[in-house]
Amino acid sequence: MKARVFVTLKNGVLDPQGKAIGHALNNLGFGMVGDVRQGKVIDIELAEANEVKARADLKDMCEKLLANTIIEKYEIELKA
Amino acid sequence: MKSAVIVFPASNCDRDAATALEQITGSKPAMVWHGDADVPDADLIVLPGGFSYGDYLRCGAMAAQSRIMRDVKDKANKGVAVLGICNGFQILTEAGLLPGVLLRNTGLKFVCRPVEMVVEESQSAFTRAYQNGERVRFPVAHGEGNYFADDATLDRLEGENRVAFRYAPSDNPNGAARNIAGILNERRNVLGLMPHPERACDPRLGSTTGRPLFESLIESLA
Repeated sequence: MKARVFVTLKNGVLDPQGKAIGHALNNLGFGMVGDVRQGKVIDIELAEANEVKARADLKDMCEKLLANTIIEKYEIELKA
Repeated sequence: MKSAVIVFPASNCDRDAATALEQITGSKPAMVWHGDADVPDADLIVLPGGFSYGDYLRCGAMAAQSRIMRDVKDKANKGVAVLGICNGFQILTEAGLLPGVLLRNTGLKFVCRPVEMVVEESQSAFTRAYQNGERVRFPVAHGEGNYFADDATLDRLEGENRVAFRYAPSDNPNGAARNIAGILNERRNVLGLMPHPERACDPRLGSTTGRPLFESLIESLA
């Protein structure tokens, strides 16, 4: 099974990189660009066929390492 | 006083810390590799500055999971003094030994210069040789030193006098919440700070105001 984990900053946590990207896009002429937030995508291959078990393990991985839950939130996507 | 310096892949202030410790305490610290299981018997464990594991994932995140950190956590919980400087501070927050997190500097730039700080709390094993309100000047060298925690945590740190060092308000290099430069854990045996006291121990380096931090430890632990 394959999993994709999205790790993004929680609302309200300052994201200076996202801000810099937003400014750069504005400078490139994309005047419609407003707030930009940057995050991470982590692709994981799992030797696990049970979706419920896989999801539980991935949640554990996020809590223990992949995200710092003081500042980040995460979403888990599973693909067969 | 016996000390140990933990060496992670891409630590780069481990020898600065060792030099300062040797000059001030008179004995060489044990240099302990991150893959080892145990820290040898020591009164003080130092997590040095650097870019452990290339700052992969988040600064300090990988080092916090390394083998040696299990023993560092055990020893910290038993009361052994642990000092985390710069990347060491980041590792301590990722390991859960200190609250909060170090974010990217608000200015986005890596800042490398001496900063003015105020000693906020001299009642600790790390700061007893200072006076409250004393001005000190240590170098900083970091891109992610912007201390962040929720308001309840910040209030608690301040209420329990656990903010050991604050940047002078006009000299906050990274946007840190409430100008926080260094904090203590609840038991006050763990200190994490972004600026480098070990680089402020010799007049040839422009400041000796880091020396009392190590002298405090000798007084407290020897």
